[in-house]
Amino acid sequence: MIAVAFDTGGPAAVRDFIRPAQLLPPMFQFMGWSQSLAEKAAVPAYPCLIDERHSLGEALGIVNVPTAVWIDEDGMIARPPEVPGATDAFRSMNLQTREVSKERAADGRVRRQVYVDALRDWIERGPASEHVLAPDEVRRRMRGLDPNASLAAAHFRLGVWLSQHGERDAGQRALETAVRLEPEAWRFRRQKIVLSDPSLTGQLAATPEFWQAVQALGDRYYYPPTEMAGMPAPLPPR
Amino acid sequence: MAMAQTLLYGALETELVGAAADRDQLWIPLDDLERATGWTAKPEGLCQGERCVPVPAARKAGWFDGPDGPGGEGRRLDFAAFATYLGHTVARDEERGVWAFGPAVDRGASTALTASGPVAAPDFRLPDLDGKLHSLSDYRGKKVLLYCWSSW
Repeated sequence: MIAVAFDTGGPAAVRDFIRPAQLLPPMFQFMGWSQSLAEKAAVPAYPCLIDERHSLGEALGIVNVPTAVWIDEDGMIARPPEVPGATDAFRSMNLQTREVSKERAADGRVRRQVYVDALRDWIERGPASEHVLAPDEVRRRMRGLDPNASLAAAHFRLGVWLSQHGERDAGQRALETAVRLEPEAWRFRRQKIVLSDPSLTGQLAATPEFWQAVQALGDRYYYPPTEMAGMPAPLPPR
Repeated sequence: MAMAQTLLYGALETELVGAAADRDQLWIPLDDLERATGWTAKPEGLCQGERCVPVPAARKAGWFDGPDGPGGEGRRLDFAAFATYLGHTVARDEERGVWAFGPAVDRGASTALTASGPVAAPDFRLPDLDGKLHSLSDYRGKKVLLYCWSSW
């Protein structure tokens, strides 16, 4: 496994997440972790990389996180970028207690388990796994690069640079252009929110701006349901 | 004195004192081209690594200015025009002289998504928390789960 953090704030923004000091109790319910599992999972034994420019997002057409990609021994994509079992359960989260409904928490645990079981199947069986997608299907599911996406990426790059060089307002304008050009590229919007306020570096972009944008989705999914054999039918997004 | 121009191209971020903006044109001295963009001007065209792009005859006069011939000291390239030709887009802050280039959209050329056969994952080279660089190609021979996340 290789973890890659899309974070303009670099190591300082993500260090505490990779070696977390404390997990909130509602996360145990949300993730279905016991105390011992949480302590075990807290220290990764795999490379944790930092992608300050979101370069992999550009190269692979990744619009949000978490996103996972399966790559085989020859460097070929076995499963293209997809949401690894995450759901829109957070949209029903109690913002005070950080708790979600038991039904949605259970659904999330089931979906994540299906994903992990599929991953293990691929590890053991390689190309014989039913979860390995044919190249044509890999292509069908991947986001191709068009001029609009390229221009959005250019404005994102410009906005990040300006923000990091003391030009906050100009940076926000460029980042807003990126968001306007590719509204489904949530990594633009979420990173923009963090760059609008230095105190948000390393913090979840759970601001009113973020929640308003999520609410504006209406009945559309924030996280597209994972298309995977054995994955149960998704609950409605909210 | 003309304002320095800053180029954000690929993994490179370069401030060029000798570069000049003229409307939508970005003139870069050929002496600065490689360090700012990775491209060099050669007899066979504009080259980056093993890839060379011949300069179409109809575009030569528009892309280059300055003395021609051997050496060509003072010769410049309109990099914005060349980058657009390659399929890049550009976002610009004119007031601050910053040019950010988006990834190239291959027009007509075969790409991983238009060709047939397995789709190759793009290689990358990124640092870990301690600054050590890792490439995807370092893990050739192993299955890789690439998990993208963030603090936000």
